[in-house]
Amino acid sequence: MTTDVQGSVTGDSIFRDPRYRAIFYQILVIALFVSFVWYVGHNTAINLEKRGIASGFNFLSQPAGFGIGIVLLMDYSSQTSTHLDVLIIGIINTLAVSISGIFLATIIGFIFGVLRLSKNWVVNKIAAVYIEVIRNIPLLVQLMFWYFAVLSVLPLTKDSIQIGENFLINNRGVSFPAIIPSNGFWLITVAFLVAIVASIFIRKWAHKRQDLTGQVFPVLWASIGLIIALPVIASLIMGNPFTVNYPEFGRFSITGGWSLEPEFLALLLGLSIYTGAFIAEIVRSGINAVSHGQTEAAHSLGLRPGITTRLVILPQALRVIVPPLTSQYLNLTKNSSLATAIGYADITALFAGTSLNQTGQAIECIMITMIFYLSISLLISMFMNWYNKRIALVER
Amino acid sequence: MAIVKTERHEDLPPPVSQTGVIGWMRENLFSSPLNALLTVVSLYVIWWAVSGIVSYAFINANFVGETREDCTGTGACWVFIKARFGQIMYGFYPVEERWRVDVGYVLAAIGLFFVLSDVVKDKKWSAIYMFVFVPVACYFLFYGGSFGLEVVETSQWGGLFLTLVLASVSIFVSLPLGIVLALGRRSSMPIVRMLCVGFIEFVRGVPLITVLFMASVMLPLFLPEGVNFDKLIRALVGMSLFSAAYMAEVVRGGLQAIPKGQMEAAKSLGLGYWQAMGLIILPQALKISIPSIVNTFIGLFKDTTLVLIIGLLDLLSIVKAGTTDKEWVGMATEGYVFVAAVFWVFCFGMSRYSIWLENKLHTGHKR
Amino acid sequence: MKKASFIAVATAATFIATAATAATLDDVKAKGFIQCGVTTGLAGFAAPNNEGKWEGFDVDFCRAMSAAIFGDPDKVKYTPTTAKERFTALQSAEIDVLARNTTWTFSRDVNLGFEFVGVNYYDGQGFMVKKALGVKSALELSGARVCVQSGTTTELNLADYFTANGMKYDSVVFDTADEVREAYLKDTCDVYTTDQSGLYAQRSVIADPEAHIVLPEVISKEPLGPLVRHGDNQWGDIARWTLNAMIEAEELNVSSANVDDLKANTKNPGIQRMLGTSGDLGQQLGLSNDWAYNIIKNVGNYGESFARNLGEGTALNIARGLNAQWNKGGILYAPPLR
Repeated sequence: MTTDVQGSVTGDSIFRDPRYRAIFYQILVIALFVSFVWYVGHNTAINLEKRGIASGFNFLSQPAGFGIGIVLLMDYSSQTSTHLDVLIIGIINTLAVSISGIFLATIIGFIFGVLRLSKNWVVNKIAAVYIEVIRNIPLLVQLMFWYFAVLSVLPLTKDSIQIGENFLINNRGVSFPAIIPSNGFWLITVAFLVAIVASIFIRKWAHKRQDLTGQVFPVLWASIGLIIALPVIASLIMGNPFTVNYPEFGRFSITGGWSLEPEFLALLLGLSIYTGAFIAEIVRSGINAVSHGQTEAAHSLGLRPGITTRLVILPQALRVIVPPLTSQYLNLTKNSSLATAIGYADITALFAGTSLNQTGQAIECIMITMIFYLSISLLISMFMNWYNKRIALVER
Repeated sequence: MAIVKTERHEDLPPPVSQTGVIGWMRENLFSSPLNALLTVVSLYVIWWAVSGIVSYAFINANFVGETREDCTGTGACWVFIKARFGQIMYGFYPVEERWRVDVGYVLAAIGLFFVLSDVVKDKKWSAIYMFVFVPVACYFLFYGGSFGLEVVETSQWGGLFLTLVLASVSIFVSLPLGIVLALGRRSSMPIVRMLCVGFIEFVRGVPLITVLFMASVMLPLFLPEGVNFDKLIRALVGMSLFSAAYMAEVVRGGLQAIPKGQMEAAKSLGLGYWQAMGLIILPQALKISIPSIVNTFIGLFKDTTLVLIIGLLDLLSIVKAGTTDKEWVGMATEGYVFVAAVFWVFCFGMSRYSIWLENKLHTGHKR
Repeated sequence: MKKASFIAVATAATFIATAATAATLDDVKAKGFIQCGVTTGLAGFAAPNNEGKWEGFDVDFCRAMSAAIFGDPDKVKYTPTTAKERFTALQSAEIDVLARNTTWTFSRDVNLGFEFVGVNYYDGQGFMVKKALGVKSALELSGARVCVQSGTTTELNLADYFTANGMKYDSVVFDTADEVREAYLKDTCDVYTTDQSGLYAQRSVIADPEAHIVLPEVISKEPLGPLVRHGDNQWGDIARWTLNAMIEAEELNVSSANVDDLKANTKNPGIQRMLGTSGDLGQQLGLSNDWAYNIIKNVGNYGESFARNLGEGTALNIARGLNAQWNKGGILYAPPLR
């Protein structure tokens, strides 16, 4: 390619002018793109018609007809519930495992990230081994390992490991007593919410007071006290408006109580241990990114190591940590789709799996599933961007 | 009567508690009660884990034999891996044709050595060998159909061989694609930019599984009647497009790190866009993004296991299929541990390489 | 490591199979083999043996079609499909025929645009449990965890049966039969449900088959058969009459052992017509007249295939039951070949 500097200056041809050339290229790209979309759409339409596949979303209102293992927050019956209900259950299940996974992975990640920086050589190396081993093994292998190799080694139902009276662990998961609300339970819920709101106000007030007088108020203990005490008082006022349902040994497995299915547990463990290793690395590099002078300055001001970490190092490290942390949260959510390999009923397994098979509506099912993941990605990024902005350096 | 020493006393060594093993232990392991407790607990954990692993994998394990009955110990039954080793490495690739795969490995290994190491300074010929000769040779070797080689259908490919094929093909398709996408994303033409951003963000927002489902279930619907891709090719298309989006972001990071002055200087010398990009910007940008590219490759390599879900027999699925064999039911732990170990060796090796490279490239780009 | 983008094009070009839109037969003849969709592995029906060669009852059907068309039973390439993929694989012409213990239902025949060419195995859904549980009837299964394969009629029948009997269950869904079996054996669930033939097949590959029982209840009708795409009647006819020829041959006592003898010496006009020594049935199908001879000579009749893959003496040990000839107490009844 030769470059004619003269040409673009004098503009003896509009093809030499970068502005026109840009427009020309873009028109070309649009044309290519549109014809590609048209070509694919055209083929699809022909193929669908030839094969007699009815497209459209009517199937969402048809009864699903199959059973689902894990149903949360919803009533589901195979006879009356529709494929739309299946979709919603899939979404709820995906969110359930993702949110608890994010929570757990963050805790694991921060613990091991800090341990990785420990001066204690042994502790440091344990963290290093954990990180290097887990990060370099595919998640799917780990999930299968947890599900098919670890959980199945747990004892059978009848030989469950019992912790206390009512906490049972066996190869069907973990069972514990359930609290079944009865009339008047609403007051406990209200009390709980009130306690949370009150804690937020106490925190604000304590900050203000500390700014004015320098006195410190034990916000954490006060909040914990409130959150426990208020619901308990509410419960006493209403005369304990709930019944407790204890797990019992049934003919096949544990009946009654609440239980966490082995599929859920394997997925949760696999996801959070895997993502935790990545988060640990992020935390480590975040803390490393804070200049050592900060620690020294804090120490010379007389702050103890714990307070230094909490008030000086972490707030600064978080600025470095949050952006990559966001993408780890996104990865965890997307990776939860591997549920399909170990039989957990998430949106991919249920809707893009069973519903797709029973209805044959491949395009619609996969599109809806993809849109769901896209919106989740968008929501998490938006939330983390907001949080990132909040903790960003305020420049005066 | 001088009680003051006149000559200088020879320097004493530091106290024992400050130096040597004891000093190091005091400093690093027992500096405070909490630290001491941590050390003791950690040592216990290490002892527990290491003794468990060693007795499972070595002391109580079985290595010799042919069948399940030879596994008498309480530990791992590596006989299972041994008995199926051929299948785990090559899938259903015909036994008498397996030398072709090995030859391909050797060709690629030679190329890798020349491209990655510092032995040969002029990389031009090694690059041509690696990126032109090896792919062509491997294609003819693996698939066959000419030079008197028998055709081996891709449905017979499997095991570690298939995993390596999947990973290497998708990385080398996705790299150029990713560069184009990254350039498009930074283009000044709004429409090109929008399309690239749309593609990248869409792909990065959905799980690989759905992309693979799309490739395996929906791709046939997108093509004209009668045109049909091999299942392996469909998986490759899905994986390449998926990793291209990630690669684009990596390359974009590299492009952003190049100061604007470079482009301006190139333009002021009279270079056009492609010349400036090809000769000035991209070489610098790619160089600093090599460690991230290797990391993306590690991720991609691990992700190849997902083809299990669309029914290709990669390393993981062939081992899994083995564990459901009547003869070997209950060998799940051995199988998964073995697969994990293989992946770990590959990924850990690559991550070390990436760290080495990062240190090597550190010079000259830090201001 | 390798690759330059042109190799992708080269490779892709090699793997693209272009199928003519109308006549599958011409297309199959042109490429020289049948692409046959089978299961990813179900003992007795379709599974690769130690040498990686496919064997089984469904595989025999593919081989029979190959024998009918090419005179050689081995011109078949097998595409293992999961329950999930099987229909799109057929719809997209990735495979020419699907012989994958698939239940013939209204919606699959009509809505998905397929043509079932007949029934090669009459089946019904059943349950398998561990003997140790002491369960004698499916009606005692309330509260059990049930392992089931995704994308099957099994999943729907299961829900119907438990609802109809007012029982509760938890389902755990997997993509392949092997995963379901693994989960069942690991005691992740109490019950394994699928077609009874499948239960026997799976039980046969368990280390201690005696520890498991198949419950007596059959909760659904599952006529399993091969299927092809709508719209190519000639191809559908070939598939249909391949199956019928195998069934008819058993009824007429024509087997791979005596077929040469019968072809030369028989006086039975029905056998003569079938083996092509009189009439032109084969030509009407667009094949050679000895098409059925080739099937029986190379693959055997229905009974031989059944005995070889499923029957008593094999690991599956399935009795003929409903799958006996109509004059022997079963419901196999091939329309006359004339």
